[in-house]
Amino acid sequence: MKKINYINKALVLLAVISVMFACERGLSDDVEFASFPTTGDIFTDAPVGLTDEFFVSFDPAGGANTQGFGTDDNVAFEGSSSIRIDVPAPNDPNGGFIGGIFLDRGTGRDLSGYDALTFWARASTTASIGLFGFGTDFVENKYSVGKSDTQLSTDWRKYTIPIPDASKLIQERGMFIFSAGTNSTNGFGFTFWIDELRFENLGTIAQSRPQIFGGQDISQQAFTDTTLPVTGLAQIFNLEDGSNTTIEPAAAYFDFESSNLDVAIVNEQGEISIIGEGTAVITAQLNGVLAEGSLEVTSIGSFQFAPVPTEDPASVVSLFSDAYTDIPVSRYNSFFEPFQTTLGGVVPVADQSIISYTDLNFVGIVFNDVIFPAEAVPPINATNLTTMHIDVNVQEAVQSGDRLLLELTNYGASETVGSYLINGSELVQDTWVSFDIPLSSFAGLTDMSRIGLLLFNSSDSSNNPTISNVFLDNIYFY
Amino acid sequence: MNNIRIRKKQTMKTLLIGLIMLVSLSSCNTDEAQTVATFDNLVLEDNFNNDGTIDTTIWNFDIGDGTAQGIPGWGNNELQYYTDRSDNATVENGFLLITAKQEEFNGAQYTSARLQTKNKFQQQYGRFEARIRLPYGQGMWPAFWLLGDDSDGSIWPQIGEIDIMENVGDEPIQIFGTVHGPGYSGAESVSKSYTLEGSRVDTEFHVYGIEWGPNYINYYIDDVLYNQITPEDIDEATNGQGEWVFNDRPFYIILNLAVGGNLPGPPNAETEFPQTMLVDYVRVYQQ
Repeated sequence: MKKINYINKALVLLAVISVMFACERGLSDDVEFASFPTTGDIFTDAPVGLTDEFFVSFDPAGGANTQGFGTDDNVAFEGSSSIRIDVPAPNDPNGGFIGGIFLDRGTGRDLSGYDALTFWARASTTASIGLFGFGTDFVENKYSVGKSDTQLSTDWRKYTIPIPDASKLIQERGMFIFSAGTNSTNGFGFTFWIDELRFENLGTIAQSRPQIFGGQDISQQAFTDTTLPVTGLAQIFNLEDGSNTTIEPAAAYFDFESSNLDVAIVNEQGEISIIGEGTAVITAQLNGVLAEGSLEVTSIGSFQFAPVPTEDPASVVSLFSDAYTDIPVSRYNSFFEPFQTTLGGVVPVADQSIISYTDLNFVGIVFNDVIFPAEAVPPINATNLTTMHIDVNVQEAVQSGDRLLLELTNYGASETVGSYLINGSELVQDTWVSFDIPLSSFAGLTDMSRIGLLLFNSSDSSNNPTISNVFLDNIYFY
Repeated sequence: MNNIRIRKKQTMKTLLIGLIMLVSLSSCNTDEAQTVATFDNLVLEDNFNNDGTIDTTIWNFDIGDGTAQGIPGWGNNELQYYTDRSDNATVENGFLLITAKQEEFNGAQYTSARLQTKNKFQQQYGRFEARIRLPYGQGMWPAFWLLGDDSDGSIWPQIGEIDIMENVGDEPIQIFGTVHGPGYSGAESVSKSYTLEGSRVDTEFHVYGIEWGPNYINYYIDDVLYNQITPEDIDEATNGQGEWVFNDRPFYIILNLAVGGNLPGPPNAETEFPQTMLVDYVRVYQQ
């Protein structure tokens, strides 16, 4: 949409230039760029300038209930009618939550003269609505704004959602978005009403305090040719009643800056591309106000991937590899409570992914139907397989006594466990080491028909963790 | 500002209802016959145009937490320690900046500044006005006000107090003007608030002023006259017990930014520091 607008402007400009060349006249005062309607009203007693569908629901396939939306001629804050939304219980056969957007019926509105979306609302019981906002059009969602967890009362009250930077909204179709469930009502459905929904120029939206990375100054390592998102986008405003309100603006409202364009660049979607070795600090402004929070990213060069596996895919059962199609796995980090300290899991690197564990003591890759019934997946029948492959890259100095014990658990009539010990002397810091381990070397693994857990344990005989930080890749049986 | 009190917004409302009732009885009343401003002789002007320099031929600093003056917490349980450091008061870009900071200082958790013109500029009657942008946030308590000269040994509230503009930082669209005197001081003071439409006190400059003459004080913000207080109003508010003390003596000017205290309550976790009150000018006119 923005492109079209630019084209419009370009055409006007071309026309102006051609007039100038043809007649050698100055710019006429009458020349105006194409502009869009500035209507602020969205719903008063009826929808104002919205599409015929009026309400465009979230995808019912994702659980959205399309039945609970309508208007109510018996309830209104002003006039004769209001929007009525019946929030379903989670087990409602028509869908367990309700939400969607209102779209402008034209090509968009110019909202640059407003500073807030406002509406009046009440609910059948005190309840919190998960999301209110605007700027979502189900196409680009470029200038989306959301406000989380707005508590409604049983009487009519006015709610205000500030516009982060109205100068961006010269052609916006996403007039309103909401999403509501029953988290705040213990699963009991309820009704809420919205009236007098409009964009307004209040003149009292003030003290903008934008944030990136949740307002924190953080440092992170990264590899060249990878991307990182700018996370934790927020903006705090002070409203006319003196209260602060926090909204979540889309990245496109921010102007991002990298202190070192040879190391990192940021696009308007808030995606940081690491393009060279060195350190860069990522900061941002929103409408001229410096955002709290920053990221100091240090690239130590390109990521060295593990050797590409060469086994025939037809003979491979893969748990984790970009070279093969992985079987369903319920967890790449078991988060076993309460003794596991291991953090991390699958992390994307460039166009691939690896497993990165930090604070390792022990951790499991879980692929069975026993430990976490809610996440059950079939275990592996390895009776016709002979070998397990794994690539290991230790992310710290390897010391004497370091070890990594691999344990496979078979969930047969009884659980049987087989183990194989990798000694620290076999591992090298910051270097991929490949292991092809005969399953017969997993001492104690008598039954291999239902293997469903691969556990990594770095603890020594005194139960002290040795290796803490490790990358893993290409874990498969063949 | 200098004694314990609670704001009473209702006083003037009650009074106005009384005035409205009077309208039906009498064709001439104080509400209709507000005295028109005729103060056009400029006698004091500080435009704060000398960066880094506060003009000490006009301004004194009040220092400390009020203990030395015999009123710890400046009589209102305020939390700040006033200093004359440039951290708390300076002139920049043509504005006087009074800045409240959150810092440990001589036993206080906050510092700020209070400037006054005692014995340097004092005047009875006239038009007193200042163009100010206020700070914001729970616990902020900025004020532009006048106190009567006490060199004859009189003490507050006999000397009188005219609060031209006060605000609490959690009400960014509202200011209030107040008078204190014998029989109507502190919690019993006579006050009226004004609520801005489509504007705030912390994002824009507004002109706050009074026109003060014999037997009247007119309060205005920008070009809006929002209140007039006369001896009749004081009589009405105090059942005849209050004494009009604003025909008695010259008054001096005070500009300050208090933190916490009985009226605004203390700052909370959402209060942003530092907070600055910007004064574009202070002007006083005579007839």
